[in-house]
Amino acid sequence: MSKKAAPTAEPKASCAGLSAAAPINASLTKEEKIELHRKMVRIRRFEERSLRAYLSKKIGGFLHLYIGQEAVAVGCCTLMGKDDHVITAYRDHGHAMAVGMDTKALMAELYGKITGCSKGKGGSMHYFAPSLNYWGGHGIVGGQIPLGTGLAYALKYKKLKGAAMAFMGDGAVNQGAVHEAYNLAALWNLPVIFVIENNGYSMGTSQERSSAGPGLAKRAEAYGMNWGTCFGHDVYEVRATMDKFLTLAREKNQPSVVEIDTYRYRGHSVADPDQTYRTREEIEEYRNTKDPIQLFQKTLLAEGVLTEALIEQIDTEAKAEADLAADFAEASPFPTTDDIQKDVYWETDNPEKRTSKGRIFFD
Amino acid sequence: MAVISYREAIRAALAEELTRDENVVLMGEEVANFHGAYKVSEGLLEKFGPDRIVDTPISEAGFIGMGVGASMLGVRPVMELMFWSFYSVAFDQILNNAANVRYMSGGLINCPIVIRGPANGGTNVGATHSHTPENVLANHPGVKVIVPATAADAKGLLKSAIRDNDPCFFLENTILYGEKGEVSDDPELLIPLGVADVKRQGTDLTIVTYGRCVLHSLVAADILEKEHDVSVEVIDLRTIRPLDIDTVLASVKKTHRVLIVEEQKPFASVGSQLAYMIQREAFDELDGPIHRLATIDAPAIYSPPVEVEQLPNPQRVLKAALAAVE
Repeated sequence: MSKKAAPTAEPKASCAGLSAAAPINASLTKEEKIELHRKMVRIRRFEERSLRAYLSKKIGGFLHLYIGQEAVAVGCCTLMGKDDHVITAYRDHGHAMAVGMDTKALMAELYGKITGCSKGKGGSMHYFAPSLNYWGGHGIVGGQIPLGTGLAYALKYKKLKGAAMAFMGDGAVNQGAVHEAYNLAALWNLPVIFVIENNGYSMGTSQERSSAGPGLAKRAEAYGMNWGTCFGHDVYEVRATMDKFLTLAREKNQPSVVEIDTYRYRGHSVADPDQTYRTREEIEEYRNTKDPIQLFQKTLLAEGVLTEALIEQIDTEAKAEADLAADFAEASPFPTTDDIQKDVYWETDNPEKRTSKGRIFFD
Repeated sequence: MAVISYREAIRAALAEELTRDENVVLMGEEVANFHGAYKVSEGLLEKFGPDRIVDTPISEAGFIGMGVGASMLGVRPVMELMFWSFYSVAFDQILNNAANVRYMSGGLINCPIVIRGPANGGTNVGATHSHTPENVLANHPGVKVIVPATAADAKGLLKSAIRDNDPCFFLENTILYGEKGEVSDDPELLIPLGVADVKRQGTDLTIVTYGRCVLHSLVAADILEKEHDVSVEVIDLRTIRPLDIDTVLASVKKTHRVLIVEEQKPFASVGSQLAYMIQREAFDELDGPIHRLATIDAPAIYSPPVEVEQLPNPQRVLKAALAAVE
């Protein structure tokens, strides 16, 4: 069995020791710090609740849980200004919640209900909220990375402010489309940050068995891009690191690759037995020593921001929110067969504006 | 009205739409400095500048995917594939992203992208560069597939595609680039997608076709009339999806005999679907079986004189038509 390999390269832009003191964190109010904690707890409780629904067969398909990685999505997405954009892969619940999507619509999507964020048409891997600058939720490993580059291209072409963050797992770095996107972003100076959430395993294949070379982010050097690594179990460090690269993207149109060291406690998906490629001891070690929620809780207790009572209250509320979302999903109707051919074409959904003629659907 | 080539008609459509809407950009391998591998974009860089006429690296998955992402955020990219045959390299981006994103987002996201470029065989470039992907593309709900046969159609249909809010795939036949025809210079003259054109009226046989096979069919139809006293109606579909089946059915009701001609491999082709729909919706009108002429079922052969025989050509159409009216 392989042990998860930590990022091996020296970070080019190290934030070690500066994470809490970095200006982006130092300027956080007490309420904002509590909110970071609350977001992570809400994600975890949502995921645990969705797992229960999956095990009771209320949810179909795949369910890629984010448990253990909460500090990454929360750290990155809480840096978003109104002009910034996010796109991610199929392990998308954490990012969706971090950008502010409603848990009721998210849970209903898992249940395949019409009240889901994609009307029951996307499922777990395909959450979208363009009104929150959240562009999904994509099912093909690495396939979203050219799209994220396109978001950045559109920002630059339309002379809009902001940057795009394109998330992927460590398995995606070996997809050709990712390298094509790197090349385009670097060649055209696009405001995009490629964020590798390195949880150590592409499905069941450890990083050391799948990726050659001295570290995943370091590949950026071949394209003349900025790169960095960071400890993704510490939400302060994630924010401090990403803030630096976001600023380069927003202000100088400089793209970057950032590799964030993280870990997932559950399998690749719930269907993954999780017994063949890593040890129980490894998972327990992460849980006991690097859990992002526990670590941040400890930090905020030390800072005097959180109290035991508040921690308890936040957790209770997060569980209640997840239960409420499940109740909402349970009570919602499924789409009907009449809904199957909606949302395929813009013009069939807007028949009064249809410009084409002829038969558009076939049987 | 001016007589211009198919290539010039496409160029004119691009220039007019680039002028009309600043969100339109043209991107692809060699489209700017080199003026396009087939010179379609000649002069556009000089007129619109490098921000709007953009050379990409040879990197189809990357730049097609980038176009899809940009279209989600309000750019209206026209992406040129140097050969449509390279769609296979960008297949994930074309189908998983362009075709699916509207549906999977429950209608929240539109993808107004046009992917265009030369397609088909007949240029002796072997199996990798001679694909006819219209059946593969049209198999995916969410996209539109357009195959113009004449200069006027190429211009009017491309303008409609660029203004369309759904992903449009525009397949230009390489051999047709030099074909000339009368084309309007009215920048608002659009040809709606999904409207077939009766290119020739007739009473004895309906040939349903599209793309370069329209030209073969028209040549064959003239011979059939002069030498065999057979009156042939030639229907150019122009758009594969949406499909103007009603025009086809109306013609079948008139002629009662059908030949489908397509530059496609025969298995699971556009013609397969047409034959199914015609027999389902006009079975009682048919005086004989539906006939079909397709590309001989093998990868594209290089050998120049043999490739001509592998593809539909006027002589093969003539022979197939005679069999259909027998």
